[in-house]
Amino acid sequence: MSDHNPSTVPLLAARGLVKEHGRTRALRGASVELGSGEILAVTGASGSGKSTLLHCLAGIVRPDEGSVAYAGNRLDQLPEKQLSELRRTDFGIVFQFGQLIPELTAVDNVALPLLLTGTARKEARERAGEWLERFGVRGQEEQRPGEMSGGQAQRVSLARALVTGPKVVFADEPTGALDSLASEQVMAALVHTARESGTAVLLITHDALTAAYADREVTLKDGVVVSAADAAMGSLGVSQ
Amino acid sequence: MSTRHILLGLLAGGPSHGYDLKRRHDERFPQARPLAYGQVYTTLQRLVRDGLAEIDGTEADSGPERTMYRSTDDGARELATWAGEIAPPAPFVTNEIFAKLVVSILAGGDPAAYLLAQRTAHMARMRELTAVKTSPAADLATVLSADFALNHLDADLRWMNTTAARLTNLTAEVDAA
Repeated sequence: MSDHNPSTVPLLAARGLVKEHGRTRALRGASVELGSGEILAVTGASGSGKSTLLHCLAGIVRPDEGSVAYAGNRLDQLPEKQLSELRRTDFGIVFQFGQLIPELTAVDNVALPLLLTGTARKEARERAGEWLERFGVRGQEEQRPGEMSGGQAQRVSLARALVTGPKVVFADEPTGALDSLASEQVMAALVHTARESGTAVLLITHDALTAAYADREVTLKDGVVVSAADAAMGSLGVSQ
Repeated sequence: MSTRHILLGLLAGGPSHGYDLKRRHDERFPQARPLAYGQVYTTLQRLVRDGLAEIDGTEADSGPERTMYRSTDDGARELATWAGEIAPPAPFVTNEIFAKLVVSILAGGDPAAYLLAQRTAHMARMRELTAVKTSPAADLATVLSADFALNHLDADLRWMNTTAARLTNLTAEVDAA
């Protein structure tokens, strides 16, 4: 399925992930790889396990079975403290609703991950301002999330996810709450910036127009990855 | 598509000759089939015959002499009428994907596998079109035509996704019976 050279270690590799939420089995043996700098779309119907897969890959939840390797090391076996540290330094996360802190201005929201990793406040705010500019929301620095449009707020969320220079950005339906033009601006900004900085992106979406910004797509169905390559050739089942 | 109206539209900006009209058509409609010179000249002659365009002298800019054409007032009215007419929304769409799916169901094939493979081909084309329209070199005409193609492919995909879900439900009902 992967276009990447099998001899190189993928940046992120999940094998046979199983995860249950109560009596619901969200993942039933899902496997996926993300190459360094690759933009991968994970698509599928509602309830197919997309968000659970993202949470397992980002180390937010641990799978019941299977493994997640980041740069060749087992993520699912790391102690919580190291996992938190890794999430702060190497991962950036964007959700459907940006989940910005409503009391903070745009620039302070973006500066927050830098402050958490020990950057001085003045420098953190300067770097946050630069990232807001890269995402085309310069001029909104002192506005609070409630004073911005959905598209602007989502670009602030992207700036916050990328400000620490992560190796991977996890984006869970980043355009789900936006109209078509705002979606396009958010995706164009994300893809342009990710390519410029060599950041890999795992993009969860049910929207094909959004998925088309990725290098490659995998589709989840009932908690496993299905691919056209595995399907029978030809609709009449004629082997070719 | 009405070539005569598109040529009238291109002439609305001022007099032009056949070669220039062909070049501008291909620029403005980058995803469409390029116009053949023969078709341009035949259409221009018909526009003149019908009083919608007229010959406006000749031009020879360090090359062969070219006949210039310009739109008449009747041509401008005809263009305005056509541009404002509502295109009839297609009541049903006949399409190769739809036909193949129906045949696959009739012949006891594997329509779900076909839909998955077709989806992969659609997504590959949508990635190409997205790359075209997000390229720094893309002009407005390119973006608009890529958007048009992308949204139609997206409509196909939505139908394919719904159909795949219907097939899954139907199979489950048959299995449970």
